[in-house]
Amino acid sequence: MSDLTQIKQQLEDKFVYLKGGIREQGERRLWSEVSYDLFFDVFGYAVKELGFDALCTITGLDEGEYLAFIYHLSKGGLVFNLKTKILKDKEDLRTVIDYFPGAAIYEREVVDLLGVKVAGLPDGVRYPLPDDWPAGQYPLRKDWDPKVLDQKEAG
Amino acid sequence: MDDKDRDMLISIGPQHPALKEPTSFSLALRGEKIDAIQVKIGYNHRGIEKGCESRTYIQDMYLLERICGICSHAHSTAYVQAVETIAGLQVPRRALYIRTLIGELERIHSHLLWLGVAGHEIGFDTLLMYTWRDREAVMDLLAELTGNRVNYGINTIGGVRRDLTKEEGEKILKIIDKLEEQTKYYVQIAQEESTLIQRLSGVGKLPKADALRLGAVGPTARASSIAFDVRKDDPYAAYGELDFKVVSADQADVYGRTVVRLGELLEAYSLIRQVIKNLPDGPIAVRAPRKIPAGEALSRYEAPRGEDVHYVKANGTDMPERVKVRAPTLANSQAIAKMLEDRYLADLPIVVAAIDPCFSCTDRAIEVEGKGLMSWEKLRQYSIDWYRKQGVDFRNVKRII
Repeated sequence: MSDLTQIKQQLEDKFVYLKGGIREQGERRLWSEVSYDLFFDVFGYAVKELGFDALCTITGLDEGEYLAFIYHLSKGGLVFNLKTKILKDKEDLRTVIDYFPGAAIYEREVVDLLGVKVAGLPDGVRYPLPDDWPAGQYPLRKDWDPKVLDQKEAG
Repeated sequence: MDDKDRDMLISIGPQHPALKEPTSFSLALRGEKIDAIQVKIGYNHRGIEKGCESRTYIQDMYLLERICGICSHAHSTAYVQAVETIAGLQVPRRALYIRTLIGELERIHSHLLWLGVAGHEIGFDTLLMYTWRDREAVMDLLAELTGNRVNYGINTIGGVRRDLTKEEGEKILKIIDKLEEQTKYYVQIAQEESTLIQRLSGVGKLPKADALRLGAVGPTARASSIAFDVRKDDPYAAYGELDFKVVSADQADVYGRTVVRLGELLEAYSLIRQVIKNLPDGPIAVRAPRKIPAGEALSRYEAPRGEDVHYVKANGTDMPERVKVRAPTLANSQAIAKMLEDRYLADLPIVVAAIDPCFSCTDRAIEVEGKGLMSWEKLRQYSIDWYRKQGVDFRNVKRII
């Protein structure tokens, strides 16, 4: 059994609700999705018990009513892409810096670009938008139009 | 509190003569020592991820290649690999070998550039002159093989755009021999030159535990005993078929980072020799569909500065739903504050330079085959005419200079 299949098996044994919901892609990629109330169970288990010791990055996605986030966890050559979603403008994320202090910059990035709030993320310098960026403008939201910036410059 | 104990706050950047790219450091000093540091980045954010959503897959490849002037091949390869995974394309082996060749040539020019910058930051400008002279040989070679010194445009979705001739292969080997000889001399300098050793040792300490905790990647992590290299652990292109070792060091300081990069130069020469010796026959690309079926993929690439991550999500159209990029410098930037803890202000330039933050070097004229060395005026006219033939007219664009 390959390492990947073994990890998939361990995840399915531990969390019955993941059964049938984990996809293997090639030799070194796993994909799965979990609701946000169960997210930290799976995330914590992958980090603490399965040895995923690095977070490559966090990808934020605008899915209409929801904002989705993929946490790309790696263990050497293997990557476990764990997706979760929350209601846009209604729910917040919780920080993962207790697991990966270096993740702060990835969380600041989704805060700026997708307009999600991350509970527990300490105050700090914003990233990557400029300090005078207009409030409430989140460029990676699908309904965001860069013309907003032209209006600002014209004004 | 005495005056001498009082903190002094200074700002370096975002625009500063000593910075090659805009970055902002806010430092609290106690005498000459750094008490606290805050790093602000993001000044180069150009909205490329957003831009990708309204361009086709092929246009995105060229856009993403321009994230960086130095590791352009890293970005374009990481991206096409993700798209090829989603589309289920079997890239010909010959194309994978050519991608590896260009990737290693890029690593050589990047590491030689770094070695020069490191020398410059510690007042060893002779090293800068030597390494940048050598780097020119690689830049010229890349220009000859791909048409460009940077932003090579060698990739396409499904393979590469230019083949390699036998004569080109022989020329590469000759240049590699010369560069290897030079690099061995730099290795000797790093082992014997006491000023360099003393200036770099113990500076910018990043213990292994901190490197892991803060998510450092590439030579920065490998110099802290983390022997992770995407080429070995998550092989792509032709790396799975080639013999090379992952260079790591245990010094966990700027000296270690120098040792790692020098070792990687020697490995790159060996990799290039293997690529040319074992270059498979066959086509260099397969035809890729214009519309990519719905799906997603995560691709990793060992760029000169470390792991480069691209995520692509396709929705069945000819434009991606989402492209996400995590360049290695973003990962390494998290460790700068730790490296400067309790260090002197004078260490800041070399410690920051030691993660090799990315900057662009794109503005150059080259000799176009058969057309002689062109003046700026001629080159400009040539490009206007060339674009006109493609249906784009720049004749009425106002000149700034």
